[in-house]
Amino acid sequence: MPLRRMSSPKTQPWKIARLLSRKLGAIAALVLLGGLLSATLVRLAPGFDADERELDPGLNAESVRALRQSRAGEHNILSFYAGYLRGAIHGDLGTSHALGQPVQSLLRERWPVTARVAGVGLLLAWLLASTLAFTACLWRRSAYEILGTTVSGAFLCIPAAVLALLSVILNAPGYLAIALIVFPKIYRYSRNLLAKAYTLPHITAARARGLGEVRILAWHVLPVAGPQMIALAGITVSIALGASIPVEALCGLPGIGQLAWQAALSRDLPLLVNLTVLVTLVTLLANSGADVMIYMLRPREA
Amino acid sequence: MQRERMNAARKLACVVVVAVCAVSLGANWLAPAGYSKQFRDAPSAPPSHQHLLGTDEVGRDRFARVLYGTRISLLLAPAAALVSTVLAALVGGLAGYLGGIWLRLARGFTDLFLSLPWLFLLITVRALLPLNVSPLVSVLITFLILGLLGWAASARVLSTSADALRNSDFVLQARASGLHGPRLFLVHVLPNLKPVLYAQFWISIPVFILSEANLGILGLGVAEPLPSWGSLLRELEGLISFREEPWRLVPLLLLIVVLTSFQLLLSNEEVTA
Repeated sequence: MPLRRMSSPKTQPWKIARLLSRKLGAIAALVLLGGLLSATLVRLAPGFDADERELDPGLNAESVRALRQSRAGEHNILSFYAGYLRGAIHGDLGTSHALGQPVQSLLRERWPVTARVAGVGLLLAWLLASTLAFTACLWRRSAYEILGTTVSGAFLCIPAAVLALLSVILNAPGYLAIALIVFPKIYRYSRNLLAKAYTLPHITAARARGLGEVRILAWHVLPVAGPQMIALAGITVSIALGASIPVEALCGLPGIGQLAWQAALSRDLPLLVNLTVLVTLVTLLANSGADVMIYMLRPREA
Repeated sequence: MQRERMNAARKLACVVVVAVCAVSLGANWLAPAGYSKQFRDAPSAPPSHQHLLGTDEVGRDRFARVLYGTRISLLLAPAAALVSTVLAALVGGLAGYLGGIWLRLARGFTDLFLSLPWLFLLITVRALLPLNVSPLVSVLITFLILGLLGWAASARVLSTSADALRNSDFVLQARASGLHGPRLFLVHVLPNLKPVLYAQFWISIPVFILSEANLGILGLGVAEPLPSWGSLLRELEGLISFREEPWRLVPLLLLIVVLTSFQLLLSNEEVTA
């Protein structure tokens, strides 16, 4: 196998633009479809028509009729979704039934908390996992390997919510819980990728020629495993967002995860539709960003 | 040497899973008082001869609850895995076998499912269903949701395998011999997908056990007084320090032991292939 280097991002800009536009189109289609699916589920959910305010004995028949009238537009799924999209285009995402606040302001308030907690947690997880995986490759001691596998395996067996509870008991920050939830997945996958890359014949040839382990890792292993590790980075954004639900809910962090949990417990269905769309969008953007990066860094024939 | 050690570890893991299943199935004899009987004179009691793991805040025997909870989680997680594997075989297997537009549609649909974080999808769909239901219905809802939503990743794998089989020599030969449609799928394609189906089934079990635990801790899982690993782990919420009541960690330790055993069993090359 010829030795290749990672190319600099000097690929033709129009090709990248084409890939980007294709990705953005797919994201838009998937988000719209996800929103429709979510709106359909919400519309079909038992108790959708029920409004607790109607039980208020202080309301007269006229008020109850007015309340029902205000929800009449929500009966048809397509008109409900079209109305939602129309509002979304004008910046109106509706009002949370449970919290009584505009969804838009709720998202604006909560998003920075999740971005910070999940971002720092993700960074820590990558730091820990890649340090363990790379040193295991460089050191090549079975005891170290067993230690890494055991530690990551143990964390894989603990539910995310338990790690969140333990972080509360031990007064540890929420991002540490997210890091410990995401770390074993990154470690396992990247360790396997690196191990697979090390079995390639050109690595054996490079070793036979006397190349140092660090040089082999940097010049011959990483270019092979790199693209899949970038793809993994995209996927871990989704894992971290998922982990933020129990962590924020149990650690009392007012982020998107806690909002999703509160919306689920109070069956705040309009809020859930918005959160579904938002989380789908972020996840797809992260995965597509990873895809574009892989495309830009792909090896080129000399 | 390493292979022998792994085989021994796998045997041990198999023994652990079988033993835990057997003990949980014998819950009626080992803990005749049941999971919901309240010993009102002994709430939050420490371990004793009468209550091996003490009692919870409302005086229920924790040992009995662990046994019954283990039984529910260990019996229903494979049932949910079976549902998700059948769905994956139907969606992924058929789409891969049919190819073309069906394969693209199925992949688009699985992509949509996979674009949402798993736990987020679970709590969203759980919230759409009534929360104030009887304990038995809550158990069914929880595990049915796991089964009905957990098929996407398996379907992706199965569609790729079925797609490869569709273009394989023996399927081409079967087609040339005049075999078409469902018969070709059922007689030649599906039996060859069995190893992938088995692997996906076994992989789904620990994922569903963990998911149920997460839902239970968040209050969206199995309803009281029915125990499950999720509702048992929820008790950790009131724990102030590990030293005070270490016996409360028993459900967590049991969960870790069982899931580690599953991991060891799944590390078999045939399953992970």
